[in-house]
Amino acid sequence: MVSLLIDGKKVEAAPSQTILQAAQKAGIHIPTLCHAPRLSPSGACRMCVVEVEGARALVASCAAPVSQGMKVSTGSETVLRARRLNLELIWSNHPNDCLTCDKTGECKLQSLMYDYNVKTSRFVAQNPPTKPDDSNPAIYRDMNKCILCGKCVRICDEVQNQHTLAFSNRGMQTTIATAFEKPLKDAGCVFCGHCVSVCPVGALMDKPSMNKGRPWETKKVSTVCCYCGVGCSLVLHVKKGEVIRVTSDTYSPPNYGSLCVKGRYGFEFYKSPDRLKTPMIRDSIDQPFRETSWEEAIGLVARKLLDIKQHHGTEAFGCLSSSRGTNEENYLAQKFTRAVMGTNNMDNCARVCHAPSVTGLRAALGSGAATNSLADIEGAEVLIVSGSNTTEAHPVAALKIKKAVRQNGAKLIVIDPREIELVQFATVWLRLKPGTNVALINGLLHVILNEGLENKGFIEQRTENIDMLRQVVAQYPPEKTEEITGVPREDIIKAARIYADTQKGMIVYGLGMTEHKAGSHGVMSLANLALITGNVGRPNTGINPLRGQNNVQGSCDMGALPDVYTCYQKVDDPAANKKFSEAWGCPLPTKPGLKEPQMYREALAGRFKAMYIIGYDPAATQANINNVRSAMRRLDFLVVQELFMTETAKLAHVVLPTGCFFEKDGTFTNAERRVRRLNQAIPLPNGARHDWEIICQIATAMGYPMSYGHPGEIMDEIARLTPEFAGINFERLAGDGLVWPVWDKQHPGTPILHKDTFTRGKGRLNDLLYTPSEELPDNEYPLYLTTGRRLYHYNNGSMSLRNPEIHTISSEEFAEVHPGAVLWR
Amino acid sequence: MGKNNGHIRFVVGLGSCGIAAGAKDLYEELAAKMKSHPAATLTHTSCNGMCFKEPILEVFYPDGNHLMLGNIHKKDVDKVLEPLLTQKPVDEKFVIENSLQPDKVESFRLKQHKIVLENCGVIDPDDIAPYLEKGGYTALKKVLTSMTFEQVIEEMKASGLRGRGGAGFPTGMKWQFARNTQSEKKYMICNADEGDPGAFMDRAVLESDPHRVIEGLIIGGYAIGAHYGYIYVRAEYPLAIKRLKIAITQATERNLLGDNILKSDFSFHLKIKEGAGAFVCGEETALIASIEGERGNPRLRPPFPAVSGLWKHPTNINNVETLASVPWIINNGSAAYASYGTAKSKGTKVFSVAGKIAKGGLVEVDMGIPLRDIIYTIGGGTSSGKPFKAVQLGGPSGGCIPERLLDTPVDYESIAATGAIMGSGGMVVMDADTCIVDVAKFFLTFTQKESCGKCTFCRVGTTRLLEILERIAAGKGVMEDLDKLADLSVKVKDLSLCGLGKTAPNPIITTIKYFRDEYEEHIKDKKCRAAVCKDLIDFAVVEKECTGCHACFKNCPVKAISGTAKAVHHIDQKICIKCGMCYEVCKFNAIFKG
Repeated sequence: MVSLLIDGKKVEAAPSQTILQAAQKAGIHIPTLCHAPRLSPSGACRMCVVEVEGARALVASCAAPVSQGMKVSTGSETVLRARRLNLELIWSNHPNDCLTCDKTGECKLQSLMYDYNVKTSRFVAQNPPTKPDDSNPAIYRDMNKCILCGKCVRICDEVQNQHTLAFSNRGMQTTIATAFEKPLKDAGCVFCGHCVSVCPVGALMDKPSMNKGRPWETKKVSTVCCYCGVGCSLVLHVKKGEVIRVTSDTYSPPNYGSLCVKGRYGFEFYKSPDRLKTPMIRDSIDQPFRETSWEEAIGLVARKLLDIKQHHGTEAFGCLSSSRGTNEENYLAQKFTRAVMGTNNMDNCARVCHAPSVTGLRAALGSGAATNSLADIEGAEVLIVSGSNTTEAHPVAALKIKKAVRQNGAKLIVIDPREIELVQFATVWLRLKPGTNVALINGLLHVILNEGLENKGFIEQRTENIDMLRQVVAQYPPEKTEEITGVPREDIIKAARIYADTQKGMIVYGLGMTEHKAGSHGVMSLANLALITGNVGRPNTGINPLRGQNNVQGSCDMGALPDVYTCYQKVDDPAANKKFSEAWGCPLPTKPGLKEPQMYREALAGRFKAMYIIGYDPAATQANINNVRSAMRRLDFLVVQELFMTETAKLAHVVLPTGCFFEKDGTFTNAERRVRRLNQAIPLPNGARHDWEIICQIATAMGYPMSYGHPGEIMDEIARLTPEFAGINFERLAGDGLVWPVWDKQHPGTPILHKDTFTRGKGRLNDLLYTPSEELPDNEYPLYLTTGRRLYHYNNGSMSLRNPEIHTISSEEFAEVHPGAVLWR
Repeated sequence: MGKNNGHIRFVVGLGSCGIAAGAKDLYEELAAKMKSHPAATLTHTSCNGMCFKEPILEVFYPDGNHLMLGNIHKKDVDKVLEPLLTQKPVDEKFVIENSLQPDKVESFRLKQHKIVLENCGVIDPDDIAPYLEKGGYTALKKVLTSMTFEQVIEEMKASGLRGRGGAGFPTGMKWQFARNTQSEKKYMICNADEGDPGAFMDRAVLESDPHRVIEGLIIGGYAIGAHYGYIYVRAEYPLAIKRLKIAITQATERNLLGDNILKSDFSFHLKIKEGAGAFVCGEETALIASIEGERGNPRLRPPFPAVSGLWKHPTNINNVETLASVPWIINNGSAAYASYGTAKSKGTKVFSVAGKIAKGGLVEVDMGIPLRDIIYTIGGGTSSGKPFKAVQLGGPSGGCIPERLLDTPVDYESIAATGAIMGSGGMVVMDADTCIVDVAKFFLTFTQKESCGKCTFCRVGTTRLLEILERIAAGKGVMEDLDKLADLSVKVKDLSLCGLGKTAPNPIITTIKYFRDEYEEHIKDKKCRAAVCKDLIDFAVVEKECTGCHACFKNCPVKAISGTAKAVHHIDQKICIKCGMCYEVCKFNAIFKG
């Protein structure tokens, strides 16, 4: 540490720090225009100049390092004169249209002009204005207002790694442009809006927000994004009951100010005219719906469900809840199913995405959740990204991977059959044949064990079943693995050595691992890799599923699964059953219920009579929708709670309109187990009700009184019944939330699992043989087809497709086929 | 140079300047006409510095006599070839020097002292052999076989050599910094992005003696521990690039470049990177960015290139002239070099003298000689014969030095004391026909256009400075403009990010300092005494001188002149665009300008 004097105040700072950083730490304000906390210093704007005793001229504090004994003056007359002249120069080149500029009130130039009392400029510009560029979706560009601070260029390079923007021309003609002045869409822009978020003036604006409201007119509401499982923190700007803009807080995890196109510009769906606002019922799905009152609809649902329970038994009913719903809603859904309907036929849409993660990770480690936080990605030395097209599916998590590679020098191993964007960043790309994950990972394990690269101490002390694992993976030497997977053996060897050579190796995976018949085996195999190298239980290690929907983690944690209550307490465990029976005041079934596909099977067989589906659209999103739709058509009674008339809702007998995430209080749990508050920003549409209220009202109508004043009370009940949530309540969740397990009200949360011991005691090395997929290409169906994610859209598109800006960028889906495959046909 | 093997040897100077003056045509004509002459050979060299005498032909006779002819063109070949081949006298107007007339001395050559330029205009730059004959690469051999890197750096420090790019930082210290940084990889770069208008020292050296620069670069690489080098040369110097490429190939073939140079442990690989025409890329960090393929914008310092430069590796950058001095210092010793020059500025400095000078060209003098010697003794005073007004030193980053300071010695500190800078060596001479506001405007137009646009003071500041100058030149200035110029100039100088902005106001500051009266004349009297600023001058026919020759009438591009043959002509001021064409073509001094 060095000590220096800033404005006569003694300040301690690390020698690597700049004068600006030291001053900020000491609470001394130095104005800046081109500086941003996440970006490399540029030194372009010269606003931050200070006087340093002994220096030849004023010094740019954003770039100048501190030194021992330095004497700095941040507000001397020389400094003030320089800043005023600087502002005069910028002002001489800036349109004087604050009266109508959307940036007014949060424009940094405007407030500096005011602070420094610069009323006008002695210098008059002679350069002609250019036309603002209104041609792009989402982002409005007016280069007349640009002060060339370059923050947009740097954030596009350094944070988003997209390199869409650059300086163009020289001297006074310098401007920010795309390559060859192409439209943003054709210049590699992914419309993340990072550039807009850092623009200090009105040069870049969020297009859908323009002319909708000034900063001082809006209420800022903090909440969580409703799209992918990264669970970005959002700030909603609300004016007169309307969300007019979405931004994010630079200091809030997990995204630290970053958002993707959906998070930033996908907020207009809620005001679509298609929103459902009235309950609708019909006797048969051949009939048209008729609008009705809430009383009649709830009465009908209660009557029908009681009737089916009475005549067909508890097992004729099943409930599917949503990974887009809150924790509280999911908790109530499973409570309703178990306590009111008396069955464990409870599942949620995680079944087709990350249920194998829960199963696989529980089998290996004892806990079905990500072991580490998303922030840990940035500090990893080696990253394995398997079955995750992260840049499309989890864009903000992808930024952390890119940062690890580009800025921190991490080595990236990509396991994916397609040449996804991350392959550009990879040291090794293992391009396997679809469905051969287990064989490939066994091949990697083979190399590590065969070459003695495993962490013997860790295996000895913290794992079990190494001998069986050795026997199984011995069958996967590189040449055989190459034969099965198509990955060149030298790449297999190279990847295995890289991963085994670090103690900061982190595995990140996605649906490419889980959406297989042997999905849980793939997950267990990845766990084997982490266990034999000792890459678990410490920062920057572990095995981390990237959850598909925003609350996949939470919906599973809340027991919206057929075999467990909250946080995986087993329904067939007598102690757990007793605890929940007592708490809920009724006997509960001990037999695990049906999984979602089994429900359809039962329905097709005629044994299943009613389903209650909340915020989930399997009739559109399942692989075999014909099967699902046939099953639904055979039901006697289908209740759907939804925002829009989805494919599933079209098959329902009762459709109940509910609220979207802007309209809700509650919590979401993201992929890193962070439980975070949603805060209601705008009222429900007239006629819609909250999901949790609807469940309570149906239960009550069925003779099981359920009543909560607020979702916070539901969380209190969850906390009482769930050791991992014992320390959680809504007050404590204010701010950045908590990462479970939170064992008591003082516990700070647990960003890293399995530190000293695994949840299940010892880590289990599961010996697994590769089994080929059931349906392989044959003469009749000769191609592999695999599904993927698209950056601009989400799930069934019911929300993302209803955003005009996003729709302009991407309005249709398509299949990608290699031209060679087409020609060959 | 060399032996004649009984032949008469004709040598034509084929530098860019010579070629522009017609040397290539001369060479080809000679080649065609000499084909049948068995006793004569024709070769080429590059630039010997006498731009005002181009094209230049030297003839070496077997008897040891030699003749230097200047201003000799293709059309003169028939006239002079026969006498030259038969060693008979030729027309005296061509003769610059003749060994048979030892009294006939070109004054341009007096007071010069050639170290960097010792081979320029002497050797064939396309061939490594003459360079080797002149002792080329002996310094490299000496370094590799008998000197440690510490000794090389000490030798450079002791020589007192300072960066000839303009900043004057001690070269030995710079090398020491780069050496001190530990790294697996380092880079040694030659900055050949000579961009000052009026400067052509580096081009001449690269075109005339490329191996000397390469040798200096390799020695620098050895000293700092770099195995990779770049020569960053502007693409506007195609001949220099061509000759450098040839030189690199030849040096590589002789194991003077590449792995294990001269069987030593030292390897050095050299590449050429062509600049894309940005003045700011002469700035070290912008140059580095440009080599990396990035936009040539200056970067923040620290970290300094010696710590983190090209691709984040320690990097040392030296100017062409600096590196060209290195082999001589190694061969002759630091003491010999330090014996020239002044206490703080050692050795020699090359200047390119241009503008309104009688004898323009390349000049190498000992540090410390008075400017007056360069302008008058070497340069022969103004070309027009009109009074000398000022000399601009250091190009657009430099300043104007007026007549009364011509006894200033050329060394870094004395020049800086005038408000100008030594710079890389460009000297632009101005006479009474030069308007001082126009000069400042010219340089600001250049720097404003060449500013990379990154920092506010340089981008907006230079633009606003230029606009004020334009206003003054247009007769629309007010006295407050001078205060604005002064205030803004100082701030742009103090607050800009890199050297370009930090020096850009120098022409304004020095011209206001020395020629404030001319600015005031433009503002108050709306008068341009040099009759340059178009908005302040008129062209008119002097009736008593006009012969009615019609020349002005015929040449006026806008038909502003009326008049019939043999009658007095008249200029319509409403149509006149003040291009000055009538003034140029009138043979009777019948056009008044002012």
